[in-house]
Amino acid sequence: MKQENEHSMSYSANIWVWAILIVLTFVTVKVAEFDLQNLTVAVALLLASAKATIVAMYFMHLKFESKLFIVMVLFTLLIFGSFILLTFIDYWTR
Amino acid sequence: MSEVTHHKSFLENSEGKNVVLSWLFSTDHKRIGLIYLYLIGIFFIVAVFFGFLMRLELIAPGKDIMDPQLYNGLFTVHGVIMIFLFIIPGIPAVFGNLMLPIMIGAKDVAFPRLNLLSLWIYIIGAMLALTTLMGADKLPDTGWTFYAPYSIKSNTYVMQAVLAAFILGFSSILTGLNFITTIHWLRAPGMSWFKMPLFSWALYATAWIQLLATPVVGITLLMIAAERYLGIGLFDPSLGGDPILYQHLFWIYSHPAVYIMVLPAMGIVSEILPVFARRRIFGYNAMAVTSLAIAFIGYLVWGHHMFTSGMSGPARIIFSFLTFLVAVPSAIKVFNWVTTLYKGSIDLKPPMLYVLAFIFNFMIGGLTGLVNGALATDVHVHDTYFIVGHFHYVMFGGTGFSFFAAMYYWFPKIYGRMYDIKWANIGFWIIFVGFNILYFPMFIVGMMGMPRRYYDYLPEFHWPNIVSTVGSWILIVGIVIMLVNIIRGSMKGPKVGQNPWRGLTLEWQTQTPPITENFEQIPSVTERPYEYKD
Amino acid sequence: MSDTATHIVEHHLDEQASKFGMWLFLFTELLLFGGLFLVYSIYRYLNQDDFARGGSELDMYIGAINTVILLTSSLSVAMSITAIQKNNKRMAVILLWITIVLALVFLVNKYFEWSHKYHVGLYPGTETFRTLPAGEGLFFLLYYFMTGLHGVHVIIGAILLGFVIERVLDGKITSENYVFQENGALYWHLVDLIWIYLFPLFYLIH
Repeated sequence: MKQENEHSMSYSANIWVWAILIVLTFVTVKVAEFDLQNLTVAVALLLASAKATIVAMYFMHLKFESKLFIVMVLFTLLIFGSFILLTFIDYWTR
Repeated sequence: MSEVTHHKSFLENSEGKNVVLSWLFSTDHKRIGLIYLYLIGIFFIVAVFFGFLMRLELIAPGKDIMDPQLYNGLFTVHGVIMIFLFIIPGIPAVFGNLMLPIMIGAKDVAFPRLNLLSLWIYIIGAMLALTTLMGADKLPDTGWTFYAPYSIKSNTYVMQAVLAAFILGFSSILTGLNFITTIHWLRAPGMSWFKMPLFSWALYATAWIQLLATPVVGITLLMIAAERYLGIGLFDPSLGGDPILYQHLFWIYSHPAVYIMVLPAMGIVSEILPVFARRRIFGYNAMAVTSLAIAFIGYLVWGHHMFTSGMSGPARIIFSFLTFLVAVPSAIKVFNWVTTLYKGSIDLKPPMLYVLAFIFNFMIGGLTGLVNGALATDVHVHDTYFIVGHFHYVMFGGTGFSFFAAMYYWFPKIYGRMYDIKWANIGFWIIFVGFNILYFPMFIVGMMGMPRRYYDYLPEFHWPNIVSTVGSWILIVGIVIMLVNIIRGSMKGPKVGQNPWRGLTLEWQTQTPPITENFEQIPSVTERPYEYKD
Repeated sequence: MSDTATHIVEHHLDEQASKFGMWLFLFTELLLFGGLFLVYSIYRYLNQDDFARGGSELDMYIGAINTVILLTSSLSVAMSITAIQKNNKRMAVILLWITIVLALVFLVNKYFEWSHKYHVGLYPGTETFRTLPAGEGLFFLLYYFMTGLHGVHVIIGAILLGFVIERVLDGKITSENYVFQENGALYWHLVDLIWIYLFPLFYLIH
């Protein structure tokens, strides 16, 4: 078994990540002031997902773990996404 | 450095330690597996008894031995106990725990204390489920599916049933988590993924379903509980709620749940067939991959339980298509099993008999599944006895028989003894015949239009019902014979050597019964698992 | 392989397996909340206007402040990992305490939000609630259920981090062996992640 490279995020790296997240939060709030009609939910979710990805990749260290972890996360999201999609197909077409 | 002291088998108790505590709080996967076995066995018998009572009532139209309320309660608790206390935990909790670590050359599962927690969560959930039996007119009467809005309004012990299922779900989730980690990280040196036994592949695929699908029903049951207790009406039509949404959420778990039930059972078939046909399994890679495929596609077909509930046309078409898709990997497995038998040297020992019966029963169950999966025919058979016949063929004739096969197969490994082969065979034939007499008429009477979950029925359905009820009596005789034989054998059966079936997988290469650490030395693996040369 | 080398490899594998197991557990939490998000999305689709009306009853600023609080708590717990990696136990414990304090502030804010709703009678079972349009009723039902369940997880996470602090102080968590702290941090980040989605879905629709 090969030894994993124990990459660690420095204090400042963590703070930079936090700063980006705060900016994105600010953007999220500002964007909500505009009436985007059908796009409102999509934009809100997109921004939330950007933040979530950053939290996962950096704070939760996914970027530095074995690729296996990312595969599992994506698989789980795929399954969850299918649940939502297939259920919505029912309601969209009623 | 080798030990000179005698390595005790896991069954033996240490000096000076409280026997009861050392069993109930053991983190040894084998002891945990056995406790699951005994508890599950008891709950199975209780649920069989309820089935027996139901069939007595159904022997003739009109009231026979009970009133409608009790009947509705019985079919509900029969389902709840069979599904949540027996079949879903079933093979993974018992045989996964007993055998998985040994079969992959490990000392235990990845998280032994978590394993013990799973067991205790199961015990607590089961106790809570049993409290629903306190009062004949308070038995939950919603069916095991707890459909809203009736599950909110019913004045029976729905709350306990729903919370029990919620708790039991955690046991399943944690077992799945444990097995995934165990299989990823604890395989013996040399055992690559494609040198694993097929039972291990089956448990791996199953564990992902346990992990990802169960939380959805967990939160759904919590919503039902909240609605009952706090008046939070998420599925209440008067509050704008949609009962069909409940069904979506419920079946998002409960369909994958049937693959939790059947995938390990199929894994066992793949283990036992090679041993008693003395041939390597045909298409090992396909068998491994189809387990994963069934698990994956199985997440996407739940709507086929709701074809008549009010979903849109396009949704029904899509779910029907996906349902047909999941039949493909299942059929590949059946084909590969049958091909494994070709030019094999068949030895009809009890495990083999049950496995062959599995293939027969599963084929019938699977083919009738196609009738259910096709929209036009499902409209006719939904909520009739055709469905009842279908799922009993796959869940009982499939998973149930596979459970019995596994019991007969690994029995000598666990106890170091053998049961009476002759009586095992007699028990098998009575069970097999009784099973088919009980369930086959259901396809006929279902096609004729007899609804399920009905206390009474029209006179034209009478004859098949008599046949079914008589079949249930034959079946029960067979089950009693089987249980008596197994229990006697475990206590008084003749002792056997390490490998009575001459199996090639790792569990047969170590002490019988296994020592606590499973191996004196962790083996190194070089060959694929079923390289039979004789 | 020498005994020490074997031990190091085994220890490392144990850590990886432990972290792996924690991630698997996070997946179950994701699906648990996922069921609620599914219900939310269907009902929002079916009741756009009512949901918007419900959303405007919520105080966006408290929501935004709580978001910032949780993001900062994720920062502090992430930095506590950096600290333990640098063998700075004191800093690790301080940062963990900061995380817990931020969690408590979050909960206090939640308490104020909820008690305000209680005072205006906006909770299930009241006459006010019964007279709400159907979709708005669903909105608030989901609001209480989802933020409530989330709050329970905040409490669990804070308690878990309390155990982490104890283990750092006990010497059970060290710069060589801090997987328990990592796992605690992972759980905490999940709590943050859930809120990242809850915030816009409940507070930012008008």
